[in-house]
Parts: sequence; C-alpha cells; structure tokens
Amino acid sequence: MAMRDVTVIGGGVVGCAVARELSAWDLDILLVEKEEDVCSGTSKANSAIVHAGFDAAPGSLKAKFNVLGSRMMAGIAKELDVPYVNNQSMVLAVGNDDAAGIRDLYDRGIKNGVEGLKVLTGDEARELEPALSKEVTAALLAETGAIVCPFELTAAYAECAASNGAEFRFLSEVTGLRKIDGGYELELSDGGKIQTRYVVNAAGIYADIIHNMVSEKKLSITARKGSYLLMDKEAASTVGRTIFRVPGKMGKGVLVTPTVHGNLMSGPTADDEPDRDNTATTADALSQIKSKASEMVENVPFKVVITSFAGLRAHEAGGDFVLGECGDAPGFYDAAGIESPGLTAAPAIGVFLANEIAKASGAGKKADYRPERKGIPAVSAMSDEERAALIEKDPDYGKIVCRCESVTEGEIREAIRRKPGARSMDGIKRRVRAGMGRCQAGFCTPRVMEILSEELGVPMEEIRKNRPGSELLI
Amino acid sequence: MLGDLHVEILIIGGGPAGLAAAVAAKNAGVQDILIVERDRMLGGILNQCIHNGFGLHTFREELTGPEYAARFIARVKELEIPYLLNTMVMSVGSDRTVTLMGRETGVKKIKADAVILAMGCRERPRGALSIPGYRPAGIYTAGTAQRLMNIEGYSIGKRAVILGSGDIGLIMARRLTLEGAEVLAVAELMPYSGGLKRNIVQCLNDYGIPLLLSHTVVDIRGKERVSGVTIAEVDEKRNPIPGTEQDYECDTLLLSCGLLPENELTRMTNASLSTVTGGAVVNDRLQTDIPGIFACGNVLHVHDLVDYVSEEAALAGENAAAYVKGAGAASGDPEQIRIETEGGVRYTVPQQIDIRNMRDEITLRFRVADVYKDKTIAVYKGEEKLYSRRTRVLAPGEMEQVKLTREKLGDFAPGEVLKITLE
Repeated sequence: MAMRDVTVIGGGVVGCAVARELSAWDLDILLVEKEEDVCSGTSKANSAIVHAGFDAAPGSLKAKFNVLGSRMMAGIAKELDVPYVNNQSMVLAVGNDDAAGIRDLYDRGIKNGVEGLKVLTGDEARELEPALSKEVTAALLAETGAIVCPFELTAAYAECAASNGAEFRFLSEVTGLRKIDGGYELELSDGGKIQTRYVVNAAGIYADIIHNMVSEKKLSITARKGSYLLMDKEAASTVGRTIFRVPGKMGKGVLVTPTVHGNLMSGPTADDEPDRDNTATTADALSQIKSKASEMVENVPFKVVITSFAGLRAHEAGGDFVLGECGDAPGFYDAAGIESPGLTAAPAIGVFLANEIAKASGAGKKADYRPERKGIPAVSAMSDEERAALIEKDPDYGKIVCRCESVTEGEIREAIRRKPGARSMDGIKRRVRAGMGRCQAGFCTPRVMEILSEELGVPMEEIRKNRPGSELLI
Repeated sequence: MLGDLHVEILIIGGGPAGLAAAVAAKNAGVQDILIVERDRMLGGILNQCIHNGFGLHTFREELTGPEYAARFIARVKELEIPYLLNTMVMSVGSDRTVTLMGRETGVKKIKADAVILAMGCRERPRGALSIPGYRPAGIYTAGTAQRLMNIEGYSIGKRAVILGSGDIGLIMARRLTLEGAEVLAVAELMPYSGGLKRNIVQCLNDYGIPLLLSHTVVDIRGKERVSGVTIAEVDEKRNPIPGTEQDYECDTLLLSCGLLPENELTRMTNASLSTVTGGAVVNDRLQTDIPGIFACGNVLHVHDLVDYVSEEAALAGENAAAYVKGAGAASGDPEQIRIETEGGVRYTVPQQIDIRNMRDEITLRFRVADVYKDKTIAVYKGEEKLYSRRTRVLAPGEMEQVKLTREKLGDFAPGEVLKITLE
C-alpha cells in the first residue's frame, strides 16, 4: 500500500482550511469525511460570525487564533471569493446586567490584541442601532466584528485544495486508527484502509474519539447544542451589527445578527447533548431564543421566521482549543475542541497546522500553487448587464429555478460540477442557496432533484437530502 | 414580439388569474398584451390539480384542473395573445418598467402602460411553523408533494401524516390513499378545518381518514428520513396540552398550513399591502395605489375556488384595458370610499371603492375569522343598512361575497365609510 503524506479527518471548515494550506506544499493530501459532502457538521449550523476576539481568556489558544483568524478573514474571503461583511459587533449590558462586564471585556480585548474597541453608553449604542432595547445600559463596540458565509467558506477552501491536488473521499468514517512504522493506518467505514505519514484530526464533535485512538492523554468532547431561528430578508434592516449580550458560562449566549445574504438570524441556545448526532430542535429552545433576543432588540420580527435549525459545538473538557502535534503520538496533529470562535479561527488554524506538518516533513513549497478560487456566479447579485452577458455565454444562467433566492439552473449545475461538488439537495442549498429562501424549497425541489439526477447520472429515487437514507422519494 | 420593448398590458403569471385577465383585456379591445410565465407551461398550479371539481360556476360542468386551464389556454391561443414561458420577472418599478429574464429571452426591460400582478401564492413551510424536531427528508408541503406525484409521477411516501386541513392537504390525503400509501391522520391546529366542507367529506370521510381538530405536530423524528411524528392536542390558546401526545410511525409529513400571497414583486412597485390578506390594497377596479398596476387571483388574496379567481381576474383585465384607454383612479386616492370590517369579517377585497368610476355592480369578497352559525351579513353606510343576508354557517375555509349596486350605494359624504359586519 502506497503511503500518503497527509490524511485530514473531517471536511468541516477547519479540515478544509488545513487541506487548502497543506496543498501549498509539495505533499499529497487526502481528506476523509464521514458525510456525503464537506460542511456537514458544526460548520453548517453556527452563528456565521467573525469574532473580534475580546471574549476568550488572554493567553488561551482560543484568544490567539481568534485574533489571528479575524485579521486574516477579509483577505481569505477575497482570495476565495466568499461573501464577507465587516458589519461590526456590539456586546450589551441590559437591565440588571453588570455594566462592569463590558469594561472587563474591553480590557480582555486589549490584552488579546483586538483593535477598534469602544465602550459606549446605552444611548450611544441606541444611536448606532435604534432597535436596541431601552434597557441597554452600556455596550462594547467591536469595529473588527464581521460576518461570513460558513458554507461557502468551507466549500471554497475545499475547492481550492482540490484544484491544488488534494483528494477528497466522502461517506468514509474513520473506524480505526493505529500507529504503524513511519505513520498511521486508518480503517474506513467503506472498507478501505489508508496508510499515511501524518494525520490531521479535524473531526469536530468526534475529535476526541479519533484522538483517543492514538493517545493516552485523553480528550473529552461534549456536544453542545445550539438552536437558531432564521428570518426572511424583509427582517434584514432590524439591526446592522451583530448584537451579543455580556457572556455567561455556557458561551456567548443568544445573538441577533444579519447574515451576509441579508437574512436576520438569532440564536444559539446552549444545551449539552449526550447523542452526538442529535440536531433536533426543541420547542423550549426555540422559545428561549425569542425571549432572549427580545431582551436585547425590540420587535425582532419572529413572524417572518423561515426556518429553525440546531448545530452541535465541540466543547472540550479543558475549555480551550487543542492544536498541534500530539505529545505521545508523533505525526498526529489535533485540531480538536474547536467550538466558538472556531469559524473565525479556521484560517489561522489552517496555516498553523500546515506549517507544522510542512516543517516536520521537510516538504518544499509547490511552484504551481494557486491560492485563488473563483466563486460560482451569483445571478441574484448581478446587474442586468452582467446577467445578460452571462446568459449569452451560458443560457442556463437565464433560467431561475429557486425563485425566492433567484438561483439559476446554471448555478445549480456548476455547484454539482465543482470538485468537490454537491451530491445532495443540502449540498446545493449550501453552495448556491437554492431552497434557502422563504418558501424553503417548496417550489424548486422537483427541478433541483431533476438537475441532480441528470448531472450525477443517477435515478430520481437515489436523490438524497444529505446522507444515505435521506432519499426524497420512496 | 419584444422588438419595441413596450406593451400596453403586461401580465405577470400565466396561471388561472393571468390567463383570464389576458382574455378579458383582449376582448375589451387591447391588442398589445404579453403574459410572462416562469414555469415551462401555462396553467399554473392547476396543472398539478388533477382532481375534479373545477369549473362548476364558470362552465356549469365539473372539470379537472388541467382541463379547466386548457379552456383558458385555448382562448389565449385563439385570441393570439403572446406569452413567454420559462421567463422570470426580476423586477417591476412603480413606473411599470418590467425586467424579464429567461434562457431564450436573456434580460429585457419592457415598459408597460398597465401591469397585472397574477403571481399566485406559496405554501407556508415547516420553518415558518416552528415545528421542533429533526430536519430529515420526507417533510413536504402538500403542493410540492402534489407536483412530484401528479406532474413528475413519483412516489413520495408510504405512510403519511398530514398537518393542516387546507384544501391541498385534504386533496393529497385522498391522492396518497389512491396511490397505495396510508394516511394515518390529518391534524388541524384550529378547532375547525381550513378547507372546503366538500373536501373533508370526499377526501377524508370517504376513506376513513381521521381529522384531528385542535391538534398539532409537536415533534419530528428521524435523522435521515422521517421515522415518526408526535401529535398533541392543543388548548384554546393553541398551546400543546402535556400528556396528550401520541406517536405516529410514518415516513412522510405533509404540511397544508396556509397559503401566502407571493408579493415580492408587488413590494418593488411600492404598492401598499394589506397585513390581513398579504396582498395589495386595491379598489373596486382591482387597481393598487400605484396607478396602472392591478392585482388579481391568489396574489391578491387566497381564494377557495378557481372559478372566483377567473371572475376576479377578468375584471382586472377589463379594468386594465379601460386604464390604458384613459379611465380610472388608483386606490389610495383620498376621495375613494374605504370599506371597514367588523364583527368577524377579516377583510374585504376590494378594500376601497372608486365611487366616481365604479361599475353598476361590484362584488366584495371576504373571509370570516371563525365558524359562525345563524349570522347575518350586513353592510352599512353610516347608520343606513344597505344590505343584509342571513346565513346558516360561515367558516374561514370558504370565501364569502356580497354584491352591491351603484344605485344602492348612492352618494357618499366626504369621509363617509362603508362598513361590513356579521350580526
């Protein structure tokens, strides 16, 4: 069996970022993912926030990589053609909240090296965000706070890695991992075996299980469930900035934020979940979001909620990220416990781990490395002239399939043809937003299924929402 | 066809409303009409409504949806009214400049003298209902399931629960049963059905499918495909009652929980929208408060029968024709008569009457807020009762109408309103 250079376990934003950064080096790279597509776990269900970095404890890896990632994100988003908006963020003290908490956050932010922090009075805060509650007594403004599309960031990292030679293997869960001479051997659920010199553990909420297969220094990850409500674009003007409350011990609490696509989102709750595959929402969690959001922002238009969902964050018992080569497992690199601010930190984690592995392996830089990736043309964001020109080249871009988000047949076909491309309805939704809008795929489902069937050359009965077993027709 | 990029009347939507409006406008003498349809054929949602029961009022016979549509499509073709398929209207301005996009059309801007909005409605999705639980495959709105089964010819499930007793849900309960699937129950949040009485009888009772009033789905199970749902009874405030939960093992959940007029384009015109109907505010000419922009069919308010859609749309077509020839004022004109609703009348369409330009007779369509027995529908001008009609049963699922003549309405003093109520 040929020995791979590096195998990355997990196709979330961290795994894909690591794969992309590794692909700059002269290494052969494989990414294995247990689901049918990248961005299928925590990366698909989070707050989509680029945190400024004032929240994490000074000196922690979370603080360090948050601030590094926050500084990198605008550049990465540009390089990979991913939607990013520097919309700023605000932390509020409301009612009886300790206003000193705002000061503490400011001080912590300064220690962490965050720029552009300002302490505001309640009135100053309301001047910037008129929808804020009258009960807001003080606020911290973070000018570097931003929002990004986590789906497209992950897909973009994956595409960029693939275009630079990284391979992807889906529906391949790692069921066994052992040290062998000069590296590791992975056993996969699809029956395959892989030998590799280096392993990157970016397995999200399963990263402790992977880690514990090779290390005596055990990790323990708890899946912490966060539920969200997503509102229609008509709610977009409610707030411009991402609005948080002074954090508690279970995380940063419920936020209210615009998304890069112009929706309004609120969440997450924080409930520890024993079943690591349980992403069900509960009535209690959904009502908690409403009451907590309403304490910060007045008249959040919950009547235009278009969907609710839940994601699981990987909370490691030590409370910090676990990054780098494992002490008792040389060649095995962790990116474990990546809960918030994981999305923000991902670009920095990718560079850090790739550099570590490159150094250890002695690999040189690839001469023909291409760091750019071009996004799928988004007809909805184009001018009439741009649309006309595109349709001239490819008429499929003239045919709207998803009316709510103005997604064309051309975009959907391109999402499937990309490498790695969409293989499921959810994969298309995440890449080009077909089905993401106010009718939640009511109208476009039949046509999207047909296009998937044509492009993949499989019968309609095999079209899935996501993983096997989620066929739409039975 | 698009050479001069100007048309007299541009109709957005080639469903029952758009077709009837086009035929009426052409019959009223307007030559230059264009219908823009986003789907691959004319007829709209009727194409997937393969059950019968359409056309009893319009044609005095019972037709299927496609048959009903075919009659109007034939008229459109006989009258040589141009139409574009697979073409989306991307924007409409208050100046009636319409931007189209399509595979063959490319991007075109067309200036219209009048625009008729006939885009129809969409279904309320699961997310808008905030039903907790997993998000597996097998959750469909009833209309999506109807399209997949009736147009594409696929089987969408074997054991289904239906939430919501709207007409499409009731029709789909029967359809699934006829296709060999088992429908375990139809749960309805309200203490009454949102659908037509005849559909409850013909689609549920005839097949022994239970209708659970004052019940809702409180949990959805299944990580990949739906494996079951939990239904609970609700109290008067529509909150689930603990202890009444019942689990149903099923692979499919259909939702038929209300239709929402699809007014994204209407918003672009700056026309005022009603918070009750979700459609534009119109006068008796079905004109919005933007001059030259008319609305009809389910984009204006959700109808119970397509026959009424056709009737209303024909009126919009005639009025748009009159407008391009120079007649009529827009709604929102302060000199128009406002119609107020009370006593369980949720809304009326139209909401205003252009009394100086009105026809000899107008039809007020409305829905009621609850089930009412032995009530009188009454219309007042000030203290004066202009109209009254006894009814046995009024239900939210059925659209009601009142016809008023110009003669009866007479003259209005400035600021005087018309009031419709149940008593």
